[in-house]
Amino acid sequence: MVPAAHMCFCYSLDYMITMRLSASRFFLSFIMAATLAACGSGESNVERGNREGILHVGNGTEPQGLDPHVVTGIPESNIVSALFEGLAVKNPYTLESEPGVAQSWNISEDGLTITFYLNPEARWSNGDLMTANDYVWSWQRALSPAMGNQYAYMLYPLKNAEAFATGKIDDFNQVGVKAVDDHTLEVKLNAPTAYFIQLMDHQSTYAVHRPTIEKFGKATDRFTPWTHVGNLVGNGPFRLKGWQLNRRIIVEKSNTYWDKDRVQLNGIEFYPVENISSEERLFRVGQLHYTNSIPLDKIPVYRAMENSPYVNAPYLGTYYYLLNTNEPPLDDVRVRQALSLAVDREQLNNTVLHGTNIPAYGITPPGTLGYQPPKVFDYNVARARQLLTEAGYPDGAGWPGLELKYNTSESHLKIAVALQQMWKDALNIDITLANQEWKVYLDSVDQMDFQMARRGWIGDYIDPNNFLDLFLCDGGNNNTGFCDPLYDDMILRQAPRAASREQRYAIFAAAERRLMEQMPIIPIYTYTSNQLIHPSVQGRPSNLMNHVNYKYITLDSNWQAEE
Amino acid sequence: MWRFIGFRLLQSIPVLLVVITVTFFLVRLAPGGPFSSEKAVIPEVKAALEEQYRLNLPMYEQYIAYLADLAEGDLGPSFKYPGRSVNELIAAGFPVTAELGFYALLVAISIGGIAGIVASLRPNSAQDYIPMSVAMIGICVPSLLMGPILILVFGIYLEWLPVSGWGDMPGDKILPAITLGSTYAAYIARLSRAGMLEVMSQDYIRTARAKGLPEWQVVVRHGLRGGLIPVVAFLGPAFAGLLSGSFVVETIFQIPGLGRFYVQAAFNRDYTMILGATVFLATLIIVFNLLSDILAAWMNPRLRSQYGGR
Repeated sequence: MVPAAHMCFCYSLDYMITMRLSASRFFLSFIMAATLAACGSGESNVERGNREGILHVGNGTEPQGLDPHVVTGIPESNIVSALFEGLAVKNPYTLESEPGVAQSWNISEDGLTITFYLNPEARWSNGDLMTANDYVWSWQRALSPAMGNQYAYMLYPLKNAEAFATGKIDDFNQVGVKAVDDHTLEVKLNAPTAYFIQLMDHQSTYAVHRPTIEKFGKATDRFTPWTHVGNLVGNGPFRLKGWQLNRRIIVEKSNTYWDKDRVQLNGIEFYPVENISSEERLFRVGQLHYTNSIPLDKIPVYRAMENSPYVNAPYLGTYYYLLNTNEPPLDDVRVRQALSLAVDREQLNNTVLHGTNIPAYGITPPGTLGYQPPKVFDYNVARARQLLTEAGYPDGAGWPGLELKYNTSESHLKIAVALQQMWKDALNIDITLANQEWKVYLDSVDQMDFQMARRGWIGDYIDPNNFLDLFLCDGGNNNTGFCDPLYDDMILRQAPRAASREQRYAIFAAAERRLMEQMPIIPIYTYTSNQLIHPSVQGRPSNLMNHVNYKYITLDSNWQAEE
Repeated sequence: MWRFIGFRLLQSIPVLLVVITVTFFLVRLAPGGPFSSEKAVIPEVKAALEEQYRLNLPMYEQYIAYLADLAEGDLGPSFKYPGRSVNELIAAGFPVTAELGFYALLVAISIGGIAGIVASLRPNSAQDYIPMSVAMIGICVPSLLMGPILILVFGIYLEWLPVSGWGDMPGDKILPAITLGSTYAAYIARLSRAGMLEVMSQDYIRTARAKGLPEWQVVVRHGLRGGLIPVVAFLGPAFAGLLSGSFVVETIFQIPGLGRFYVQAAFNRDYTMILGATVFLATLIIVFNLLSDILAAWMNPRLRSQYGGR
């Protein structure tokens, strides 16, 4: 279905200008050239890419940078994970951990000590061998307060890491990481942490090349050009070849990578295509192998196709409304429950969201590495009306009014309007909508200057803990005023000590049940990843994190469009 | 003439200073900061970041430090893109935006100029109404709509031209130039029509006709110079407008220009980038207005003598 982009426009404007054609001649030749243009066929990126083994990727925005300890966004991590590799990587089919720089690891009986055995063949892209000391130095950098690493908390399971990152201790030797010898790294944890190995695949735990960084400045400088083309030394399957601002980032296969025989791609080009309509057009003319997103109104068109390149898969993120439980009327749990029960999530999903998402009744996405959130409530208007009556607002009488804040966006508005109507119909209450520009909205949420506010949370690692620890009493992203000491105890003390995964998940489920009975949030839907993937791309399965392991990707050079 | 230029240059210094000051304080007064993010930032990290960017200093000290850097031509490090200076970002984006603006202006002048002149030759006839109606549509259709329509027709259905990019494939500069130029083409058509109509009724045109010159020579040799003065006066602001207003076209066509950085900077509260781009564009606008004034004066003998002339 993807036609080749036929182009043979031989005259360029530059040419015409230098020829100093008069205005009318210029105009005439312009029309002629435009008419003559349909005279042959060029080769699209996808066709050339399939032949040369180059993957062309729509990657959202221009990356902030490529320093693993600085960047925070998904477009950045898509590139950084090609240039660097963690101690462990993830299998894109199962999301379970696989050997990366560490060829194996050993977890002690009490779960408090992990020993990583580094692959002796693991090298930096300049040929230097990787050692356990690279990790000690890099983790010190990642945790240094001066670094301003917003993801430093990914290393907090390490003993004393939080104290070091918040400046309570200065001596990094007290932090639980030690190089036993060149190829053995020993890690001490605060508490057994089931997901710790997974965190080794997050950019904030990657090792960085000390001599390169120190060549351009201090370890903790954020501004140095060490990540620019020609400077950057990484350890991943690819190395940086070109970086044209706002245009593309080009990486090529690294010949020093320990597992280079597994890598089938010869290179990847990442395009920062911010406008999703432009991205869809680029895909349609064969300039991209896969997109980052797809315009909502194009989904029905692609769905109707045979052999559609449209892919929709559950994603590790939840869309919900925060409720400020400190302020009336939302300080009353019955009001919170009434609001949540009156939302017809199925209908919302089928109409406004074109059936692209999954209705959510809890904070944790279903199937988070085997965990299923309990369904505590369901859509139930009669019960919602009864709860509101008990709270003192029978059929909406005496309702003091409620404001919903959201960041300015067409899709958030549509959802808000739909819910506003549902609440009016079911409970006869009025909700006012207030949109705010993104950064203003972030301030409002941070300062809890709202009654009800839109929120989305995308998991950093695949474990229920990543969603449930949001609502700890002092959770930085709690933003609801919800505080339940028993809940805290379940998340912080009971779950880490669980003997098995089943037992741990049972504790999480009990905690989530408690949370949803208190209803400090109204879960609305579980995100899905929606994108277009060219049929010649293989080894890029859908998974809950939309995680791509470039080692697994192959391009089918025999793929032909069915014209 | 030199006195005129010197006077205008002196005038521009306080203008620039006001622009810098107002922008500097406005961006800092806007709610939300460069480091507010969806995931809570712990106080220690926030403090470290603010220190690296001097945001921990009192506002007036930041202002003085900024002016001192600016005097040396240093626009500071970008907040959003650590490792890149604002100078570097402008240097990467501006040539692209300028090239796009230049082509768009050429498109605007050639299409708009011809349409306007043709229309002025037979006022209130079909030859007038048709190009002028088209021009009106050009003004009314925003590039937001024009771009995707052109892409659909020429890029996707006819497959003649690339749908996006800049200098990556032959012909990829054509659609953006037309999209950006079309609005200005419409203005130029209207301006040149009005200018030509006025000039063509002057006595010296009657004289030219009386001495037996063919009509096309009357128009080209005698009419254009006077008739296009309003267009020339418009070119300065138009070019400045093309440079600072190409954001939409840059986004639609994936063009790595300054416009995208500029608008993104505002959303990201990238203080140094907002300021740097504003100062840079303000300077350009001042310079282009000055140039178009000089050009207009040169074309208009009355103005020329007013400023001391030759």
